Amino acid sequence: MSLLEILGKRLILGAATLLFVSVLVFLGTEILPGDVAHAILGQGATPELVQQIRERLGLNEPLHMRYLVWLGNFLSGDFGTSLANGADIGTEIARRSKNTIILASCTAVIAVPLSVLLGLAAAVKPGGMVDRAISSTSLALISFPDFLVAVVLVTVFAVELRWLPAIASIRPSYDLLDWIRVLILPVTGLTFTILAHMVRMTRSAVLNVLASPAIEMALLKGVPRRRLLLRHALPNALGPIINVVALNLAYLISGVVVIETLFNFPGLGRYMVEAVTNRDVPIVQTCAMIFCSFYVLLNMTADILSIVANPRVRYKK
Amino acid sequence: MNIDNYTWRDELREAISDLTPGTALCVLFLVAVIVIGALAPVIAPYGEGEILTNNSFEPPSTMMWLGSDYLGRDVLSRLIYGVRITLFLALVITFLSFLAGVSLGFLAAAFGGWVDNWISRLNDAMLSFPALMLALIVINSLGSSLVVLVFTVAFIDMTRVFRVARALAVNVMVMDYVEAAVVRGEGKAWIVWHEVLPNVLTPLAAEFGIRFTYAILFVSALSFLGLGVQPPQSDLGVMVKENLQAILYGEYTTLYPAIGIALIAISMNVFVDWLLQRSSAELPDEI
Repeated sequence: MSLLEILGKRLILGAATLLFVSVLVFLGTEILPGDVAHAILGQGATPELVQQIRERLGLNEPLHMRYLVWLGNFLSGDFGTSLANGADIGTEIARRSKNTIILASCTAVIAVPLSVLLGLAAAVKPGGMVDRAISSTSLALISFPDFLVAVVLVTVFAVELRWLPAIASIRPSYDLLDWIRVLILPVTGLTFTILAHMVRMTRSAVLNVLASPAIEMALLKGVPRRRLLLRHALPNALGPIINVVALNLAYLISGVVVIETLFNFPGLGRYMVEAVTNRDVPIVQTCAMIFCSFYVLLNMTADILSIVANPRVRYKK
Repeated sequence: MNIDNYTWRDELREAISDLTPGTALCVLFLVAVIVIGALAPVIAPYGEGEILTNNSFEPPSTMMWLGSDYLGRDVLSRLIYGVRITLFLALVITFLSFLAGVSLGFLAAAFGGWVDNWISRLNDAMLSFPALMLALIVINSLGSSLVVLVFTVAFIDMTRVFRVARALAVNVMVMDYVEAAVVRGEGKAWIVWHEVLPNVLTPLAAEFGIRFTYAILFVSALSFLGLGVQPPQSDLGVMVKENLQAILYGEYTTLYPAIGIALIAISMNVFVDWLLQRSSAELPDEI
């Protein structure tokens, strides 16, 4: 099988997954259509009013027709309006996704190189002082709830020292310096939610490679330790590391939701949580689709990159 | 040592003598937390919802060792009750997810072929969903109650447990002694019960610990978002959310439950690590 064929297959699988995800998102949110009408009307729901709303929202159509209409609208960028206040969801999504992308990419830019370096440092001498320090710290960090580090950071830097704002609201007038001030605490908190997993997985990926016969051979040949790691081990570990990074960026999703809520940051995560609280179905659907697509695409990218990085993967199966 | 007399008592004694000081501390802490949770109504100085003062976030005093919360309730008492609910939920969730996940995993491994194929494919499809999104979608349609919370998180956990259980069981199913049992004419159920289960018990126990920790963290996160346990009931996550304001008053009320969650999870992880190292068992490469 050629590389192109494998990539093509993976792309088709990715598209199929996305389709499956969209069906589940739709079914999961529409399975109780009576509740949507009731949710809008609240206490004042009379049978006639419920019927009117169902008519207006097209809830009397059969399920598969509604799904197709919904998917078509979603793909053409028409996300509908909020049930709570009738505002256009697309405009809100555009504004908030920009904020979330800034938050997430700042975190990725810091967390990815840092954790790969720490993971490598730990793998240099397994069982040594550095390894034990890094491994036990990351084991502890894995056990932290997503909000713990952020709460401690706020306590220290926003309340005790008063250096940084505790709430990350964004104003249009903000220049670069304001943005940095606002982002420092959320980005640090978010970094800690993904750092530990990435460090641990990078370490074990590199150790796996170091246990291979090729590395033993290089060692016997008398290659110095540093060169052994950088020239012999690292290229082989690249595939697994890329996989680790992509998998852990997926942890960003839950991290983003919690951190945005904690800091009152106007992003997609908080938008979705508020919508779930208000049972604002169209917003929940749209946000869920965006987050899930991100997740599926990330997994697919990871697979494709590791296929490209390691030709041997081609011959598996 | 005489094998016949080698009972679980000896096993336990041996295990205890193997404990490193750090691990022993963690085990002690876990036992203490479980006892506190189980005996909460006896231990807690005040009731869970008892309002004792009109002042929010009173500093610690002899009457209230950890001060009061935003409604003037005793933080220590609520912490004790919070531990109880958090542990109880995590235990029920992990138990359910193991019951379903291990059964399905063994089923898939024992029968193989199209049974395995179908279950595994379906499971893989579920795994293409980020856990939090799945939970948010279900809670959005069904509302948040303890029952919804337990079954949703248990279902999400089940998909992960299934992969581990299946991978472990598949490794055992190809062993010679299983083949011997098949030749002897033993049924699938007998093989799973007498050959597979005893051989994967230790890694499964470790996985139970990991899933238990995960359930605690996940439920706490949902509660923190206001979508998990609903007030007036409260777990540790709800307490963190409720008392966030305390930071602005210079009180650390919100840190106690957050640190509590972290300590329970750390102890569990250290214990699992020790368990895996001691039996030199390995979990299959799953996340």
